Amino acid sequence: MGTTVSRRWALRAVALAAFMTSAAFAADPVKIGSVVSATGPAAFLGDPEAKTLKLYVEELNKKGGLLGRPVELVLYDDGGDANKARTFATRLIEDDKVVAMVGGTTTGTTMAMIPVFEDAKIPFISLAGAIEIVEPMRAFVFKTPHTDKTACQKIFEDMKAKGITKIGMISGTDGFGKSMRNQCLKVIGEYGITVLADENYGATDSDMTPQLNKIKNTAGIQAVLNPGFGQGPAIVTRNYAQLGIALPLYESHGVASKSYVELAGPAAEGVRLPAPALLVVDKLPADDRQKAIGSAYKAAYEKATGQPVSTFGGYGFDGIQILTQAIARAKSTDPQKIRDAIEATKDYVGVTGIYTMSPTDHLGLGTDSFRMLQIKGGDWVMEAK
Amino acid sequence: MLGRLLRARYATLFLLAAIMIAVPYLAPSAFYLRVAAVVWVFALAALGLTILMGYAGQVSLGHAGFLGLGGYAVAIGPARFGLDPVLCLFLGAALAGALAFLVGRPILRLKGYYLAIATLGFGVILALVFHSESDWTGGPDGMAVARVTVFGTRLAGAATWYWVTAGALLIGAFLALNIEASPTGRALKALHDSEVAAAGAGIDVGRKKLAAFVIGAIYAAFAGGLLAAMNGLITPDAASFMHSIELVAMVIIGGLGSVLGAVVGAAFLVVLPQALTVLQEYEQAVLGLLIMVFMIFLPAGIVPTLRKWLLERLS
Repeated sequence: MGTTVSRRWALRAVALAAFMTSAAFAADPVKIGSVVSATGPAAFLGDPEAKTLKLYVEELNKKGGLLGRPVELVLYDDGGDANKARTFATRLIEDDKVVAMVGGTTTGTTMAMIPVFEDAKIPFISLAGAIEIVEPMRAFVFKTPHTDKTACQKIFEDMKAKGITKIGMISGTDGFGKSMRNQCLKVIGEYGITVLADENYGATDSDMTPQLNKIKNTAGIQAVLNPGFGQGPAIVTRNYAQLGIALPLYESHGVASKSYVELAGPAAEGVRLPAPALLVVDKLPADDRQKAIGSAYKAAYEKATGQPVSTFGGYGFDGIQILTQAIARAKSTDPQKIRDAIEATKDYVGVTGIYTMSPTDHLGLGTDSFRMLQIKGGDWVMEAK
Repeated sequence: MLGRLLRARYATLFLLAAIMIAVPYLAPSAFYLRVAAVVWVFALAALGLTILMGYAGQVSLGHAGFLGLGGYAVAIGPARFGLDPVLCLFLGAALAGALAFLVGRPILRLKGYYLAIATLGFGVILALVFHSESDWTGGPDGMAVARVTVFGTRLAGAATWYWVTAGALLIGAFLALNIEASPTGRALKALHDSEVAAAGAGIDVGRKKLAAFVIGAIYAAFAGGLLAAMNGLITPDAASFMHSIELVAMVIIGGLGSVLGAVVGAAFLVVLPQALTVLQEYEQAVLGLLIMVFMIFLPAGIVPTLRKWLLERLS
């Protein structure tokens, strides 16, 4: 008799436990939306972002989700089309009823989606580069990637430290090159540096020798800066070496990838560029605050996807971390409270940088989010901070 | 009764209006109105191609260029010249018409593949201009469009734009149906069948082809202007080659030369990607497969095949 009772109680306890866990999982999921360009011309940005978001939402659910509720990622692929992005943004808000969104791979798709989220008062953490996303400030819009402006500041800091005051510039006329050139010219005065020659090239040009010759023949230039993206900078670097220009060459964070080093070959030797810590995470000193999180992300991403880690996926990682941490701090899924919590993000150590947001700064990254690298022997070498 | 209805000229218009009125009652959320509004806009652009390709039999692979032109007119006019956005919508259409008139004269002397390549080149040039003249167009990231105000009310929200675009499409469809039944429409269909025979019958082939090209451009520019105003943004991507192909695909899938076909084709290519998102990575592959299946089994397009089937069943 006694055993039957205790067995019955044990059964009840098991049933109750099972019921409770199922209740916990049956709780309404916290819906987080995302629209990225996983296919199309911006797929090299959007694909690692999508994979990272999926990976970390899965991981979060394994750890028990958020606020005791599972997290559901509603992810759409806009194919790089701004019109589709806007339709998906409407879908996330009207149909899926998400509490927040991490996404927007390109500046174009982000700008198309901003009005939708601003009108609906739903927080939106963008993964696109341009500074226009957070300047002027919008109440519900944040972003994680560093801007061209930060890269310019980092480069000029380095030049100033080396006593360089007169430079030549050769910029791509693509979106990236143009935007960075403008941002650089805006802040250059603060560093007492002047531009003596300002040249440009088309994104598909195959020879930049004439422009570089002009720079070479301009007296007084101490260094050359090349804001550009894609294959242009590799050609500039090759032509630069062919012309035997002995001045230091600065490239942008836009070429911070192995393919640039491969394309430019030995000509890239000695080139300096700002890059996020993730690129050199193995070489960071052990006491670097970003070392642990960067290594962990790299290992997890490469294990899950079998592909090398990219800084673009890192933007997605920081976006989802900042958001989920904000939801945890807010102890609520009310979009207004999530917004306030994101804005209060303080000293979050991410793979892209260390973020401290404020009511006047919805990016929260300083120049310390970049590391000055130099190419030596076909590999990156850290310069002293 | 149904047979007569299927043959009546304005039956298409009534059916379209009935669908437009029904959709808001059936839509569970504003998202569906947004999708429908996008369908109406692309249907309007496709209607222009229906006139050019379906009636006159001339291919254009650069039609999205005119779409972009209309969009940028609505973006640049108010921002740079302080013009009224509604006025710019019409200015953009007029500009596209004028441009089509200028380039159409030499281009339309070409036939078949050569015409296709020439229009392709034209579209690519327009897309390049939008891409690189960043002082005017904002470059690759696109340009914001000021919100449109009509008689003191700001046009915002999916529901408002649903009715604006629906109205525009209805007017566009009405005009297209009238063109089809007019002497010009008959002339276009004649030169579609045989240019030599049409010329022999006294039709000024060159002029009629040019007219179809200009009308097609005006439709596309108007649609582009509406799209830009509705989205509050226009990017050079709107004028891209891929969008030109998409417009051609809409016309062919829906049914070449059918006004309702243009709408069905636009709905096919706008709604399906939304419905296929559940397939995740396989979305594009399944979309391609569906297009192939439809073209194999309904080679004349969805609407003409259905219409023929219905008429045969009735007789």
